[in-house]
Amino acid sequence: MTAANVEIDGAVRDATSLRAFLHGLPGVDEVGANARAAGLATRSIKKASKVWALETAIGMVDLTTLEGADTAGKIRGLCAKARRPEPSDPTCPPVAAVCIYPDLVAAAREHLAGSGVAVASVATAFPSGRASLSTKLADVRDAVAAGADEIDMVIDRGAFLSGHYQRVYDEIAAVRERCDPARLKVILETGELCTLDNVRRASWLALLAGGDFVKTSTGKVSPAATPPVALVMLQAVRDFAAATGDRRGVKLAGGIRSAKEAVRYLVMVKEVAGDAWLDPALFRFGASSLLNDLLMQRSKEATGVYSGADYVSID
Amino acid sequence: MSWEYAPAPESRETARLKSSYQMFVDGEFVDGNGGAFKSVNPATEEVLAEVAGADATDVDRAVCAARRAYERVWGPMPGRERAKYVFRIARLIQERARELAVLESLDNGKPIKESRDVDIPLAAAHFFYYAGWADKLEHAGFGSNPRPLGVAGQVIPWNFPLMMAAWKLAPALAAGNTCVLKPAETTPLTALVLAEICQQAGLPPGVVNVLPGGGDTGEAVVAHVDVDKVAFTGSTEVGKAIARQVAGTRKRLTLELGGKAANIVFDDAPIDQAVEGIVNGIYFNQGHVCCAGSRLLVQESIAGDVLSALKDRLQTLRLGDPLDKNTDVGAINSAEQLARIQELTAAGDAEGATRWSPSCQLPDRGYWFPPTLFTGVTQAHRIAREEIFGPVLSVLTFRTPDEAVAKANNTPYGLSAGVWTEKGSRILHVAQRLRAGVVWANTFNRFDPASPFGGYKESGFGREGGRHGLEAYLAH
Repeated sequence: MTAANVEIDGAVRDATSLRAFLHGLPGVDEVGANARAAGLATRSIKKASKVWALETAIGMVDLTTLEGADTAGKIRGLCAKARRPEPSDPTCPPVAAVCIYPDLVAAAREHLAGSGVAVASVATAFPSGRASLSTKLADVRDAVAAGADEIDMVIDRGAFLSGHYQRVYDEIAAVRERCDPARLKVILETGELCTLDNVRRASWLALLAGGDFVKTSTGKVSPAATPPVALVMLQAVRDFAAATGDRRGVKLAGGIRSAKEAVRYLVMVKEVAGDAWLDPALFRFGASSLLNDLLMQRSKEATGVYSGADYVSID
Repeated sequence: MSWEYAPAPESRETARLKSSYQMFVDGEFVDGNGGAFKSVNPATEEVLAEVAGADATDVDRAVCAARRAYERVWGPMPGRERAKYVFRIARLIQERARELAVLESLDNGKPIKESRDVDIPLAAAHFFYYAGWADKLEHAGFGSNPRPLGVAGQVIPWNFPLMMAAWKLAPALAAGNTCVLKPAETTPLTALVLAEICQQAGLPPGVVNVLPGGGDTGEAVVAHVDVDKVAFTGSTEVGKAIARQVAGTRKRLTLELGGKAANIVFDDAPIDQAVEGIVNGIYFNQGHVCCAGSRLLVQESIAGDVLSALKDRLQTLRLGDPLDKNTDVGAINSAEQLARIQELTAAGDAEGATRWSPSCQLPDRGYWFPPTLFTGVTQAHRIAREEIFGPVLSVLTFRTPDEAVAKANNTPYGLSAGVWTEKGSRILHVAQRLRAGVVWANTFNRFDPASPFGGYKESGFGREGGRHGLEAYLAH
């Protein structure tokens, strides 16, 4: 859609041009977007295509724990699960990453050494983002120093909603600079942005400022990831790639608990962004309980029966 | 990396297909005198069933039965009693929805997801909606004592076989008329299952009669002297012939005919949703839709972007087995219709328009045509003027709102139109100037039993659906 007529070059010259650019993006008709998302959810994924989807989804999970009660022990369990989600089946792929608070990164790093599973850390005064820029950058520096491969930052939703796009942009750009060589995921907290027009603008803002991923939510605000929001974010990375040649990722986080929902999202990824995005480098699920449902469905496809919750580990 | 969806076919056993079907007259299934004909699965050219054809003597029997039922039972029956039957039909359609959906896809060639999610639910919804009117007719705005007309002769097309039957029968029955329904020759099966449902619902004999057959049967229904009301949905050509036939008689007539709708996309449109609307407008039901958005009028300043997004989207459409739940585009209904589409698209090539289709493999057997669009089309091209009734979009451009309206209205038809813009005032300004029975704003091909539907100019007259739809079946 927007691809060719998006004048990316001048967009980030100053606050005025950034605002003009974001408000010049085509609007999103909410009724139509909802209908399209619902239509994609009617795809029927069976047999080999279902097995492929379940295994691919497992490899896209950022296995997450973001609780005040998290400890080194809890992280040890999470990492073991991340490396080998199905202990009795070595053919089951590991997840993409674990996603944790910065002070636990070092512990996770140790448990995941040599596994290929990345360590992602939230930062920038997660989840509210209500702190000074220097505090947020210190948070990022700590996580990167402890060995985080990926930083999940939150945007300043207050600044975004009050129209201070430049401030949001500058903050993302500063974090981008500070988090190198870690990859940057930018959490929009779409449940607080409310409209799909805002989701589109915030997605472009994050992409222009250098985010490697746009991510829906912290998981602390409801609603979190929803199909229409995922649709608009996938359109943003598709159009950004068409305009710049640069493929960026999407991470859906919060509220995705069933394998069925995950498979539906993969359908959306395929049909909206394209097959190239069916890759953990470009698409992730931030989740905890989702993984076990994926495992149960996978074993059901292999054995023909549901094993039940006692046959998957709870970590 | 590429992820292919495995086949996900709906079981054809669900359709409970029989090897032969009889006609439904005076509450019974009987053989006709018109000679049996075959109904074919357009996706495979396989014969599905033999169907009894009606001739003029069968039509006469059916009309007499309908007259008797009208005078003795259905006409005098209080509205609240009629409503019970109509509600019962609606519920039975829901109960047998899967069977009807699979049968519809087999007989018509449309994807199962459309028959399952659109045709059958809307057919049931229509009966539910009009059942509610049956005991409230004096409040419908047609005087304090509106009366039924008598016997309605109804001839319907093949593009939405069951749904069109519902559009015809539901208001007629609710208003107290009895019906002789002639389904299309290529798609008679679901109407005959609907007849079975009428029987199941205990509808008194003769209230609904279903007579399969070809053009001759339809002509006999329209011509019968004891028919009080004729309702026809189909081509403008046949509609004109019916209008001539009925002229000078006491019969009341409503016609729902062809269209060449403009889907107008302004530069401030929600582009992603507009692309969905364009796709839904012309490729839904293989373009076999009288109100299809077959002309895309796109503002010149965004034409390139819209077209490239549209082409990307068309690349994801899945064409193939109509019973596969992931199929988006099914088969063309008949060899005859396929030939017409081929003839008109060849004219498009010859007139200098540029043809484009996504790469997709057509099945070896059956009647198939890929989703197609033509760019560089002008108002003077045949493909911009004539109804193709297939998955073929003609793309034209405009510069100003006035030009868009002028081009949209520059057609003998006037059934529907679409307007895409985020600006509310522009929607109202343009909708007011479009000479079309339905104008959709930021959506397309949306139907609801509460909303009237019908045409201007050569798209016909009379309205179906909503309170307005009752008028066609009431004397006041």
